[in-house]
Amino acid sequence: MKGRAGRPPLWSYWVVLPSFVLLWALTAWLLQTSLLPTPLNVLDTLIRESASGELWHHLGATLARVLVAFVLAMAIGTAIGIVMGRSQTTNALFDPLLVLLLNLPALVTIILMYVWFGLVEVAAVMAVVINKVPNVAVTVREGARSLDHRLEEMATVYEFTRWQRLREVWVPQLFPYLMAATRGGLALIWKIVLVVELLGRSSGVGFQLHMAFQVFDVAAILAYSLAFIAVVQLIELAILQPIERRSSRWRQPEAAHA
Amino acid sequence: MLELRIAGRDFGQPVLGEVFTTIERGDRICLLGPSGIGKTTLLNAIAGLDKSVPESAVIGRDQLRVGYLFQEHRLLPWRTLKANLRLVGASDDEAGKLLSQVGLAGYGHYLPDQLSLGMARRAALARCLAVKPDLLLLDEPFASLDPVMAGELKALIAGILDSRPEMAMICVTHDGGDVEILANRLWYLDGKPARLQWDNALAEPGLVDGLLGRLRDLDLTGS
Repeated sequence: MKGRAGRPPLWSYWVVLPSFVLLWALTAWLLQTSLLPTPLNVLDTLIRESASGELWHHLGATLARVLVAFVLAMAIGTAIGIVMGRSQTTNALFDPLLVLLLNLPALVTIILMYVWFGLVEVAAVMAVVINKVPNVAVTVREGARSLDHRLEEMATVYEFTRWQRLREVWVPQLFPYLMAATRGGLALIWKIVLVVELLGRSSGVGFQLHMAFQVFDVAAILAYSLAFIAVVQLIELAILQPIERRSSRWRQPEAAHA
Repeated sequence: MLELRIAGRDFGQPVLGEVFTTIERGDRICLLGPSGIGKTTLLNAIAGLDKSVPESAVIGRDQLRVGYLFQEHRLLPWRTLKANLRLVGASDDEAGKLLSQVGLAGYGHYLPDQLSLGMARRAALARCLAVKPDLLLLDEPFASLDPVMAGELKALIAGILDSRPEMAMICVTHDGGDVEILANRLWYLDGKPARLQWDNALAEPGLVDGLLGRLRDLDLTGS
């Protein structure tokens, strides 16, 4: 949201981050230790890992887990959120469970899944989904509670089918909440996926971080982290923002009448 | 065509009392009464929107197509006018025709919030007609319109009623003038809980004037 006073000047976006990198370079140069590589070292590692194909293999593995877990968590969480937002009884029944799950540390779910189901892919993805579903449900529930009852009545009078009601009446109203859940979801899920990989998978960025940790290869740790941050930013810019722009176009229509 | 056997409706304290009456094809009813007496509540009950009024209280509604012009337009703001009309079953052609019938030719691709209040209400009226209604419910269709726009809309509705003699209409209004132009029957809702105090056919000439005169004397038309 830009303030009414207008946009901040463009250069203001390009001050803190470059200064930070500069400070990092300076500190690394002064300390001269392998525990704090310079930005150039990290870039070098990034290029080497990318050229060998390692980077892409592990990025791909992580991204695949993130996407599967994300789709599952959004679908299940949205369904639960709508039901709990629409029915006070259902909400009262399941709210305590939701609060419990919201406060359950991700690490606990991951360990339990691995202990109960073994170090397998399904357990890994399930652990992530279980961690994310409550957040999605809470956000979507908020949206479902604020659905406009006047449009509900309209849909009843004009005998909308269930599908029409969902697609034409609910989803457009839930859209800001779904986007919020998506944004928070991606940010949270990829972080949990890394932990899942670190604890029990033999591929992915988390696994690579684990290997680098064993040998104190800080340059590799930073290189892999930066690579994945870049991927997540790319998803935001190339997928999420265009969707959001398209879908909220109706919100600021130009007036047709004088 | 439609039989009302509403036994009452509570919001903690009774709002609507017993309403027993029938509506026939071609009935043009104006529903008058003091503000807040429950006119919209009655309309909602007839439309089946009031869950506290059992379905058995409105006999025959299942067989009817109902068009409801709410006080707000209640068009889907994320859909164009044409898409809004198509959603209730109009073909693309029909949607275009209905929009030009209500004076919105060429506005099919506009979004509801791009329109003025009067235009949006006419678009919502077009949606009412798109379901080919047997019963048209109008909730204060002329409220908050300037006199010129209100007059235009009134003429438009009168024309629609003339062209569809089989359709029944119930129109909530405060204005005796609406009754003269639109109605052939008058409901007057009042009391606590509210009942139909009058339910008169306005067939005899002079009866309208008489009833309206009494309303004016009681200063209950709100105008």
